Amino acid sequence: MSRPVPRRTRIAVDVLGLVAFVACVFPVYWMVNTSFLDRRDIRAPDPTWLPIGGGLDNYRRLFDGTGFVGALGMSLAVTVGTVLVALVFAFLAALAVSRFRFRGRRSFVIALLVVQMIPAEGLFISQYKMLDTLQLTNTVLGLTGLYIVAVLPFTIWTLRGFVAGLPIDLEEAAMVDGCTRMGAFLRITFPLLAPGLVATGVFGFIQAWNEFTLALVVMTNAEKRTLPVWLSTFTDVNRGTDWGAVMAGSTLIAIPVVVFFLLVQSRMVSGMTAGAVKG
Amino acid sequence: MASTTVTAGPGRSRRAALPYVLLLPGLLALCAGLGYPLVRQVVLSMQEYGLAQQFGRPPEWAGLGNYAEILTDGYLWTVVVRSVVFCLVCAGVTMAIGMGLALAMRLMSRPVRLLVQTGLLLAWAMPVLAALTIWQWLFDSRYGVVNWLLSHGGLGFEGHSWLLEPLSFFFVAAVVVVWMGVPFVAFTIYAGLTQLPGEIIEAAEVDGAGPRQRLRHVIVPMTRPVLLIVGLLQVIWDLRVFTQIYVLQKAGGVTRETNLLGTYIYRSGIGEGNFGVASAVAVFMLALTVALTWPYVARMLKDVDS
Repeated sequence: MSRPVPRRTRIAVDVLGLVAFVACVFPVYWMVNTSFLDRRDIRAPDPTWLPIGGGLDNYRRLFDGTGFVGALGMSLAVTVGTVLVALVFAFLAALAVSRFRFRGRRSFVIALLVVQMIPAEGLFISQYKMLDTLQLTNTVLGLTGLYIVAVLPFTIWTLRGFVAGLPIDLEEAAMVDGCTRMGAFLRITFPLLAPGLVATGVFGFIQAWNEFTLALVVMTNAEKRTLPVWLSTFTDVNRGTDWGAVMAGSTLIAIPVVVFFLLVQSRMVSGMTAGAVKG
Repeated sequence: MASTTVTAGPGRSRRAALPYVLLLPGLLALCAGLGYPLVRQVVLSMQEYGLAQQFGRPPEWAGLGNYAEILTDGYLWTVVVRSVVFCLVCAGVTMAIGMGLALAMRLMSRPVRLLVQTGLLLAWAMPVLAALTIWQWLFDSRYGVVNWLLSHGGLGFEGHSWLLEPLSFFFVAAVVVVWMGVPFVAFTIYAGLTQLPGEIIEAAEVDGAGPRQRLRHVIVPMTRPVLLIVGLLQVIWDLRVFTQIYVLQKAGGVTRETNLLGTYIYRSGIGEGNFGVASAVAVFMLALTVALTWPYVARMLKDVDS
């Protein structure tokens, strides 16, 4: 707005902004802070506000028979598998939807939108039964399969937007210059699409990395837990939760997500409104 | 689309098949992973499928029996009402705070606005499980910061257990849901507000419209599409909260008094092996979601067609 904001309004609004900032950041700060404190400081009558004199003990304890390492491996396997397969499938489908007109295209797009709204809670009973019949519960393959179909609609939808955003004229110009249709696509369109593929892939990564419900239902064996399920059982001990280690674990789980999210956020905000996958 | 012009020629029939070939892997995966379970869910919901079937007895056809059972079950209705109230409260509070922040961000000085945006992004990026453990720790009865603050404010909250009472259990759950939901709302509405032509708001101001009138008669009507979509998404997301409730229940909530739809399905299905009834509740939940979602889908379709 071009008009200056009155001084008193601005001060009031700035104070409000600072309150909002603290409300957003303090919980995250508190997680990191606690993760460095030793047990005595954590259980002191007064909170320790700065991690002075803290150390990496909590982190060291994590790698020491808590099941963190196993869960990390499980999460990585499932997440990487999900992203790779979903990207390939979604890329092909996005091409079909945005570069061709064909019978059934509209129905497919409607189906994509509707499917994105299906809550995991509404389907996990029969998904569990299905995997149970196929003897795929407690397997990376089973959970990865469910994650692929969970992220696929959003991935297709977002990639469709990226592909449609690329001018087809460039491809056609290359074809006039003697490229085959395939060659034109590979040399011209594909490189331009790379950032979109990366952003979409990162988003699929975040979804799969954070997912809790299906992992809880499908991976019932303690050895097969993914990180979120592992974390939830780690606080389960009612008496004397080891908050230092829990916060260290939370920090480690959050770091890749925060980094990735900040990298792709600006690219994805419009996509977030388009595809309702958060949640 | 321009590519249709290339389809004429000798390879025409092959070309016409190409989009279907491209769609095939994704479509097959979706049918196997979502379509089949969806059908099976509906079938399951009409079967008598309990513990005996777990041990190999073939399920018996129950028709609409499970639905009749759940519709006459007083407890399920309690859960439904609880879910809807919790959902509307969370969505309402999230929208109010998000909208307020978005409006305030327009008036903030630049550095403060940047701070707020950074903070919102950080909260937005937090994985749900990490956020849950953080808030559990903040609300911890013995060593939590919240009790410490409240006690020092002279309110006598030493050792107060937040998760024991259903009402304060839902308060903590709502804090987590709102904390995670506000960033998306604030950013999206703020983006919508920046699209508004400043002259119109100024004109209203010159014509003597106070801040409240400007909000009611200019800003809200002009951002209505964004507000509607964001609000609808909040309702859909908050109706299906499972993770937050489940994790907090394990941390000390009384399950029966704090169940929402998601945890109810989980407990009766996966927990007690009562797959028939659980499926019926799940189908009910799906129907509710689709009904709620329809306006959103219809709107998105307009974008697709254009």
